Amino acid sequence: MTRRKLVADWLWPLLVFGAFAAVPAIHLSIPKVFDQPIDSPGTLALLAACLVYGGLALTYDVQFGFTGLLSFGHALYIALGCYLANIAITDWHWQFWQGIVLAMGVAFALSNVLGFVSLRVGGIAFAMVTLAFAQAGAVLALKDPHHWTHGEEGLGADYTKLPKAFVGIVNTKNLYWLALAFLALVFFAVRWAVDSSPGRIWQAIRENELRVEVLGLRPQLYKLQAFVLSSTLAAAGGIVYMLLYNGSTLAVTEPTFTLTLLLMVVIGGAGSRWGAVLGGILYTYLNNRLVAVGSSSTVEGLPHVLRTPLEQPLFLLGVVFILIVVFLPGGLAGLAVRGRPSGLRRIEAAVRPEVDAA
Amino acid sequence: MSTFVLLTLTGLGLGAMYFLIASGLSLIYGLMGVLNFAHGAFITVGAYGTWWTSVHVFDGIHSALWRWLASSLLGLVCGGVFAALVELILIRPLYARHIEQVLVTVGLQLAFVALITGIWGPDAKTFVVPPWLHETTTIGGAHIPNDRWVEIATAGAVLALLQLFLRKTRYGLIIRAGVENRAMVQALGIDVRKAFTLVFAIGGIAAAIAGVLSGVYFNVVGPDQGTSLLIFAFIVVVIGGLGSITGSAVAAVVVALVQQYTNYYSSGMGDIVVVLMLGIVLLVRPRGIAGAIVGARA
Repeated sequence: MTRRKLVADWLWPLLVFGAFAAVPAIHLSIPKVFDQPIDSPGTLALLAACLVYGGLALTYDVQFGFTGLLSFGHALYIALGCYLANIAITDWHWQFWQGIVLAMGVAFALSNVLGFVSLRVGGIAFAMVTLAFAQAGAVLALKDPHHWTHGEEGLGADYTKLPKAFVGIVNTKNLYWLALAFLALVFFAVRWAVDSSPGRIWQAIRENELRVEVLGLRPQLYKLQAFVLSSTLAAAGGIVYMLLYNGSTLAVTEPTFTLTLLLMVVIGGAGSRWGAVLGGILYTYLNNRLVAVGSSSTVEGLPHVLRTPLEQPLFLLGVVFILIVVFLPGGLAGLAVRGRPSGLRRIEAAVRPEVDAA
Repeated sequence: MSTFVLLTLTGLGLGAMYFLIASGLSLIYGLMGVLNFAHGAFITVGAYGTWWTSVHVFDGIHSALWRWLASSLLGLVCGGVFAALVELILIRPLYARHIEQVLVTVGLQLAFVALITGIWGPDAKTFVVPPWLHETTTIGGAHIPNDRWVEIATAGAVLALLQLFLRKTRYGLIIRAGVENRAMVQALGIDVRKAFTLVFAIGGIAAAIAGVLSGVYFNVVGPDQGTSLLIFAFIVVVIGGLGSITGSAVAAVVVALVQQYTNYYSSGMGDIVVVLMLGIVLLVRPRGIAGAIVGARA
């Protein structure tokens, strides 16, 4: 390993994550940026949410940015981790660790089965099929045939089964560190995976699947690996999400949840670790803060035509996303590598329909 | 027996909406390779366009039937114009950049739902329709709501018109040829981009019809209605075979009927069964039921 690589892959991330770990010790108010001081539970909870979404966006980027698989059903595995671990402790009164083992095991097995089926089709059809599977999961959670998920009410976690360190507002800083640990875990796992020899094949598939096949390798197998890794890490993120929000709600099961991850990855820069993480953090922060901007006094003075869109964070973020797709396909990370194809431009070949390939 | 008849006709009514959405999606994908997520927005434009004009423009018309027809017509025009504008402004500049085209439609769909929610609120709006549509006709002992006939007849008419257009007109010929082999059509000196705008407008009108009919079917229109219909239309498109109108029609009927029957006999698990069906079709025939035709070009 060259020295430069060592610095870029290990030293920088460790420094950045180390700096983030020190955040709960900062007693400082930054007006406009945060409502409350940084070490207050409210701000730490917002930051923890940003970090979890950063990690989730990165798990999505494993299949989208690195392997060229456009999935619309990633939320299924996040919801699986979020709900199954919760159902195990709350409905079945299992121990927390048993719930974790169950959720991770089921996510691993299910992603193998569903990945195998949906990878029978490529490109856009894969997107539609993953969406359909996720929709089936969303319907199951909503209709709740076994009275496990409690449908639209959501399922509040049985806090007596959770580790004491993660329960209660005084422990928000522990949740923050947990979110950070999840993000670091995903970051280093993804770094290791995309640099391993299968990981290089994922990227080769993204660039030119036919060529990989000509080399005598089976792209399906490698795509399935990326899909399973990405989905299993997503389920782990789902468990952290459950701890952070003290339970599970239907929001994690909905197709829109996957689409917001896609927005995060593209805004930050697809196929870039820092890009996806940055996109997830920035998006979550803006999504939360824009609500405050929308109800602020400056906006309230505006005419109705201008005010209505400003009150809808998803409208603004959707427009920003469209602008980035059109004018900056490399995302924010693409700004750092000007001149080389980055982000969406590198995924193009993987999603190109057969109509043009012929 | 009467339950079976009711389920069948309700299924066909739902299948009619699936077909109206899926046919446009399938044509757009077949010709341009774009998965149009913004199709959900086209449905919403049609539904809200009709609702808004019936409340604000045609509220002077006393006959409920004419008021509904006039506002529906304006709703369809809105859908078609909106779809054509989306193609011209957002899709065309990204020509041959497929992933970006798909992502732009995803962003548009999300932003559009948020915008509709911002303007008219998250609550569903009551849809004004002629009272006749809410009455029932008795067939084989089953009381069939009259709107089912309208849905089935409309979808049948759209299917016939689309087939006529595709088989008998010059533009239909260009679109069919473009679905088969776009490069060859361009090589013959035909500007295929006009056909792109055209299929978007056609798809937009068909989706807007589905939006109006969904307002009749559910009695209300809401900001999310388009998205939920869109997901089943995607399933229909994949099962039917991308690019095939006939495949979409067959798959729409099959999916909607299976959904209705299983929903009745197993307390709301119809959606799950439909997804299982999709899995089986993919394992057995990854190219969908019309795969033989579409597969020929790969």
